[in-house]
Amino acid sequence: MTLSLAERLGRNSYQLDEELSHIEIDQVAAKRTGAGKILEAVCPAHVYTAQPDGSVGIEYAACLECGTCLVLAPAGVLTWHYPRGSFGIRYREG
Amino acid sequence: MDTTPDVDADVVVVGAGCAGTAAALKLAQAGLSVIVIDRGDTPGAKNLSGGVLYTHAATDLFDGFLAHAPVERVITRNVVQFLNAGSGVAIDYRDQALEGNAVSVLRARLDPWLAAQCESAGAMVMPGVRVDRLVIEDAGGQRRVLGVEAGGDTLRCHHVVAADGVNSFLSRAAGLRSAPRPNQLAVGIKSTVALDAAAIEARFGVSGHEGAAFAVVGDCTEGIGGGGFLYTNRESVSIGVVLRLDDLAASGKTSSDVHDRFLAHPLVAPYLKGGELLEYGCHLVAEGGLAMVGEIAMDGLVVVGDAAGLTLNTGLTVRGMDLAMASGAAAAEAIAAGQANGEAAGIGADYRRRLFASFVGKDMETYAKAPAFLERRRLYGAYGDLAASVLRGAFLHDRRPRRHLASVAWGALRGSGIGLSKVAGDGLAGVRAL
Ligand SMILES: Cc1cc2nc3c(=O)[nH]c(=O)nc-3n(C[C@H](O)[C@H](O)[C@H](O)COP(=O)(O)OP(=O)(O)OC[C@H]3O[C@@H](n4cnc5c(N)ncnc54)[C@H](O)[C@@H]3O)c2cc1C
Ligand code: SF4
Repeated sequence: MTLSLAERLGRNSYQLDEELSHIEIDQVAAKRTGAGKILEAVCPAHVYTAQPDGSVGIEYAACLECGTCLVLAPAGVLTWHYPRGSFGIRYREG
Repeated sequence: MDTTPDVDADVVVVGAGCAGTAAALKLAQAGLSVIVIDRGDTPGAKNLSGGVLYTHAATDLFDGFLAHAPVERVITRNVVQFLNAGSGVAIDYRDQALEGNAVSVLRARLDPWLAAQCESAGAMVMPGVRVDRLVIEDAGGQRRVLGVEAGGDTLRCHHVVAADGVNSFLSRAAGLRSAPRPNQLAVGIKSTVALDAAAIEARFGVSGHEGAAFAVVGDCTEGIGGGGFLYTNRESVSIGVVLRLDDLAASGKTSSDVHDRFLAHPLVAPYLKGGELLEYGCHLVAEGGLAMVGEIAMDGLVVVGDAAGLTLNTGLTVRGMDLAMASGAAAAEAIAAGQANGEAAGIGADYRRRLFASFVGKDMETYAKAPAFLERRRLYGAYGDLAASVLRGAFLHDRRPRRHLASVAWGALRGSGIGLSKVAGDGLAGVRAL
């Protein structure tokens, strides 16, 4: 059981919404609040990467739609909503 | 009676999880027209649970539940495991009286069955649709929910049931409920690992359709409030950690690392040996208890299940699925009664009354002090070490002369740095809260 997180997520089933990301970040606010480090640590799917310049990379396709980031992000940094109907994670076990 | 003629259905239920399907089933059985909307492309596609389902609510509501629902194993063995870095102390409880009391479930399999029962009863299930917002009329400060909006379309109805889960964006956007605080939420991170039935039987000491549920506290969460779980399914195990968000953020730890180290713990890893990962997922848990329930109705809207904060963390178990089902049923009864006697305005109060008269409200009240108790940090480390030190004194036989167990325990307590008054205080608070 020593799979990397990417390999692990590869076992999951997703229906990717190619047109629309369900996560948006205010990079100015992110730099000001240092949100990157927090988001990187708390997200179980490693959606966020803190960049050296304080901005935050987002890999929205990996999102498991739990909502943790939204609760712990400093106010004003994140705009997060559920993906459009049918898109996103498709649990086969749950 | 409501005079609006042009409704698409009497009731729109948002969310086809445990709460939504229970509500829809009861409403359809009462003769109301019901539309159930879920954003997953099939019901259950978005849902993740531990999941040990205490069956009483399900068997009351769903005909033939134990015989026909796709449940995994009947839990006949409960183990409470205190885990330390290199030691563990467990309580192993087996009881034939537990037969049928709880079953393990996988939501992607269970929820489609629950939704199918709603359809058989006459409800219409619409998967693959995200409800974007509630349609709210504001007539001079009198706000009333008239329906829902999804993908630009509007569905009008007499009542909306918000069964949209722990994040319940719908009830928040309506201004009914505020966003929970980090100490009222935990994130559950779970792996489902395939194991054949023979391996499960041998490793967990169960046979046939029996299964085991391990609740783990201590080192598994590395000092973060929460715990670990390990539940057997037919041909897989559900394993993971539940981490309270305020503690997780304060710890600076990477959440997936805490999950990974739990699975790799020397006392845990042997259970998983040779198993193939089937799925990795996460989901929030409502942990605020009674204090988190708050507003659960407004004109034209009732909020049920996780959306209403109806989950109980008693330290050893997370219980939400049975509460979700029973709250859905209570809301459906209130709506059906209100429709029948034309007293729509009283539905919210009637729902609350029914909810708090049922086991849901009673249990929420019984465990009202649990969340504050579980914030005591000693529970997640020092006590497990203390128990192991006492037993080490009893079982580790080296050349040193033996001492009475009581003096070993005293020594361990002094060595633990907890202090007797704290132990007594925690003990008393625990007895009162749990
Ligand atoms: C890790 C973990 C372990 C747990 N262990 C246990 C356990 O062992 N036993 C137990 O009883 N409980 C357990 N729980 C709690 C339990 O899973 C929940 O209490 C239960 O699932 C709540 O049911 P619900 O119907 O209220 O919400 P959910 O099951 O979350 O259902 C909500 C539904 O709403 C849909 N939805 C949400 N928003 C929209 C929208 N805008 N439009 C359309 N559809 C929408 C979702 O797709 C979903 O189907 C656990 C939870 C977690 C996370
Ligand atoms: S919702 Fe959960 S999985 Fe998705 S980005 Fe946020 S923390 Fe990560």
